[in-house]
Amino acid sequence: MSKYLLRRVLIMVPVLAGISLVLFTVLALAPGDPFEELATNPNVPPEVRANLRHQFGLDDPIPIRYARWFTSMLKGDWGFSFVSRINVGTLILQRLPTTLWVLGLAQLLGLLVALPVGIYAAMRPYSFFDQISTTLAFVGFSLPTFFTGILFILFFSIYLDWLPFIYRADIGATGWRWYWENARQAVMPVVVLGLAQGASMTRFVRSAMLEVIRLDYINTARAKGLTEKVTILKHAVRNALIPVVTLVALQIPGIFTGAVITEQIFRVPGIGSLLITSILANDTPVIMAITFVFSCLVVLFNLVADLLYGWLDPRISLR
Amino acid sequence: MQERELRHMIGQVKAGILSRREFVQAMLAVGVTAPLAAQMLASAGVAQAQTKGIMFNPTKRGGGGQLKVLWWQSPTLLNPHFATGTKDQDGSRIFYEPLASFDPEGNLFPVLAAEVPSVQNGGVSKDGRSVTWKLKKGVTWHDGKPFTAADVVFNWEFVKDPKTAARTIGSYTDIEKIDTIDSHTVRLVFKKPVPFWANAFCGVNGMIVPKHLFEPYMGEKSREAPNNLKPVGTGAFKFVDFKPGDIVRGELNPNYHVPNRPFFDSIEMKGGGDAVSAARAVMQTGEYDYAWNMQVEDEILKRFEQGGRGKADIVTTGNIEHIQCNQTDPWTEVDGERSSIKTKHPFLTDPAVRQALSVLVDRASVQEQIYGRTALTTANFLNAPAPFVSKNNRWEFNVDKANQILEAAGWKKGADGIRAKDGKKLKMVYQTSINAPRQKTQQIVKQACAKAGMEIEIKSVTASVYFSSDPGNLDTYPHFATDLQMYTVTETVPDPQDFMLQFTPWEIASKENKWQGRNITRWQSEEYGKLHKAAEAEVDPVKRAALFIQMNDMVIKNVVVIPVAWRPRVSAISNKLKLTQSGWDSDFWQLPFWYKEA
Repeated sequence: MSKYLLRRVLIMVPVLAGISLVLFTVLALAPGDPFEELATNPNVPPEVRANLRHQFGLDDPIPIRYARWFTSMLKGDWGFSFVSRINVGTLILQRLPTTLWVLGLAQLLGLLVALPVGIYAAMRPYSFFDQISTTLAFVGFSLPTFFTGILFILFFSIYLDWLPFIYRADIGATGWRWYWENARQAVMPVVVLGLAQGASMTRFVRSAMLEVIRLDYINTARAKGLTEKVTILKHAVRNALIPVVTLVALQIPGIFTGAVITEQIFRVPGIGSLLITSILANDTPVIMAITFVFSCLVVLFNLVADLLYGWLDPRISLR
Repeated sequence: MQERELRHMIGQVKAGILSRREFVQAMLAVGVTAPLAAQMLASAGVAQAQTKGIMFNPTKRGGGGQLKVLWWQSPTLLNPHFATGTKDQDGSRIFYEPLASFDPEGNLFPVLAAEVPSVQNGGVSKDGRSVTWKLKKGVTWHDGKPFTAADVVFNWEFVKDPKTAARTIGSYTDIEKIDTIDSHTVRLVFKKPVPFWANAFCGVNGMIVPKHLFEPYMGEKSREAPNNLKPVGTGAFKFVDFKPGDIVRGELNPNYHVPNRPFFDSIEMKGGGDAVSAARAVMQTGEYDYAWNMQVEDEILKRFEQGGRGKADIVTTGNIEHIQCNQTDPWTEVDGERSSIKTKHPFLTDPAVRQALSVLVDRASVQEQIYGRTALTTANFLNAPAPFVSKNNRWEFNVDKANQILEAAGWKKGADGIRAKDGKKLKMVYQTSINAPRQKTQQIVKQACAKAGMEIEIKSVTASVYFSSDPGNLDTYPHFATDLQMYTVTETVPDPQDFMLQFTPWEIASKENKWQGRNITRWQSEEYGKLHKAAEAEVDPVKRAALFIQMNDMVIKNVVVIPVAWRPRVSAISNKLKLTQSGWDSDFWQLPFWYKEA
């Protein structure tokens, strides 16, 4: 087991180095530079741009820039934003709480919907409830969040005038009002994201459950005279959830990097919106940091999922 | 329009026959910015009109609650000298102030200055080589330190150092030295006569940062200044919090130098999202009080206005959407460069073809069908009060005329319906950035051209590539590797001098200058260059304006560019919020005076 872990961790190093190299090269070769706005402004002499490019080290050849980036990344320095003139680390940390709060809640909501619905639907396959939940699940994951998001805004904010559709990270209120305002503004983004996630997860839980429920040991449990509740919850669900747990583990990196589109619609100041504005502004250090952190998390959680799987299902051994 | 006519008009304003406003509009129509028009009047001794403040006289500060404004691009840093785009300038303008701002008619409105310098009050020297500013007394920075002449001098020293890489440098390069006459008087001495002396320390490029906080960060260290993100200014609001790319918050400055202002207790500037939903938040749900830069189709704005909570506010600017005709050959590569100055365009150099093109752009349809209230036809050449319109520059849409012009010039229709001459076919590629109204405009032009026997191929490039300055990418606008292209040039400084650089022969974009030159059409006219040089040195504002009008006329008569639409600035305002906007300055130029009706 520890040998396996060691091997996996060692493999991660060249994988991440490779990813960073590809990301860096693609970004370096992409058109545009962060100071392009200056070029269209007749009042700014070209020397200013040249000086800025020099100050931020954009004139050096790509390999040198990559080496510089890589060494400072190893030292924990994520770089310096061209646009905001601030450390990328600070910029990301500012966004992290909101991202974790909104996306974490959405993930939770997704699970809360998916587990009961998926399990119940699998217990009575092709029943009326199953048909309805399947239809809704298909609708849920076919509708993109930018569509449901706007639909929600039109209905709840504009037609009913109940909920605000602009998310404010710092609300100028204290005590209960703070909680109330925060809850109100989080409802729409969380529901939009949560339902989309819940929909696909419902299908997953249902199929995992269906597979398990047909197995002989479930029949044995029933034959022993166990109640249906015990049979399902203690015997079937436990085993059916093994693949679900790994799926959830693989989705965790997504919580950290935010949801680009939903954040843009509701103006949630999360990491996703930071990523999109940085891309539009060609702020390469920020793009690089976010995408690289995301790759690290994906690689890491892949490992975690594998380990979890082995731990939950003794039939699988890791060597 | 000649100098004589200009003088005649100024005389009429003096005699009260013509109103100031009519004069300014007439000047805008011939391409002279409002600030320059106001300067002409001032030099002729027509007293500056009192900037129309808002008719509201509170007896105490505050009490207005929170002001919530929305910018669909969010500020990323709050140092006016490093501002990228208006979002940063506006974010900075909440806290920082210039010596004077430009009102909607281009007059200077004193902010940190005690009065506006003029020739009459001795502030502006007759030879245009110096200007004396008297600063307002009793102004303090938010941290309690006094604002003095030393701060003004410091800003110039800070900006002019190329290592600081300040984006405002262009407004300060003409200053040779600044004399401190006393603690609250400075005299700017210029290297040469400077006709437009209000470039430095006024408007968006004139915001002043405190010496005591930025002095340790001159030159290359400038990017490390902690106050780049934590402004300490003189403005009506004090800094509370800033999250780059998200939100700026400020609270009432109890020591603000204008009595009984501001009305609002705090301000919140939220960024991000898109223009349409920003308009919704102001005009439909009323969540916000003000939203910036409504690049939204007029139809949508009108629908939102029916909600009765807010309206669109439209102010004049110098921004113009135009089509450029390439003077060089984009399809032949010379020394690794397309559209090289060593080549000549096979047919766009023929004046008849350009003339025909100019009558094929249906500006009225573009305005009516695409932009609505958010554009004016004929750009800055023609839409003013009738008597002042130069007859030579009238625009029209006339397919028959285009056909006649081309026929007369020997361009005959071939079997495929496309005109040709000497084996050269009138086939053109017309590029612009991806943006719905632009693609619709392309279609309108393409259809009209087809009727006149010209074939147009449409090309659209992603904005982030098109407007980039990557020397290695052929698709950027300065490379101009097509026959025609269209985009909006913005007048970022309220004086036409830099704006008109884009047709001078020494600014031609080429491989040699890494396509940094401003002259994108590669039009070469020694005469134009001479006029521009003359305008740079001309101190008399009237003579100078006449020179700019002449330059404008040259560009239009030669159809170097075809103006498509004159784009005003549109913002969304809650019906309760009262304010005046100026197209020559930041949205927040008069922020301390904003108020809300109960």
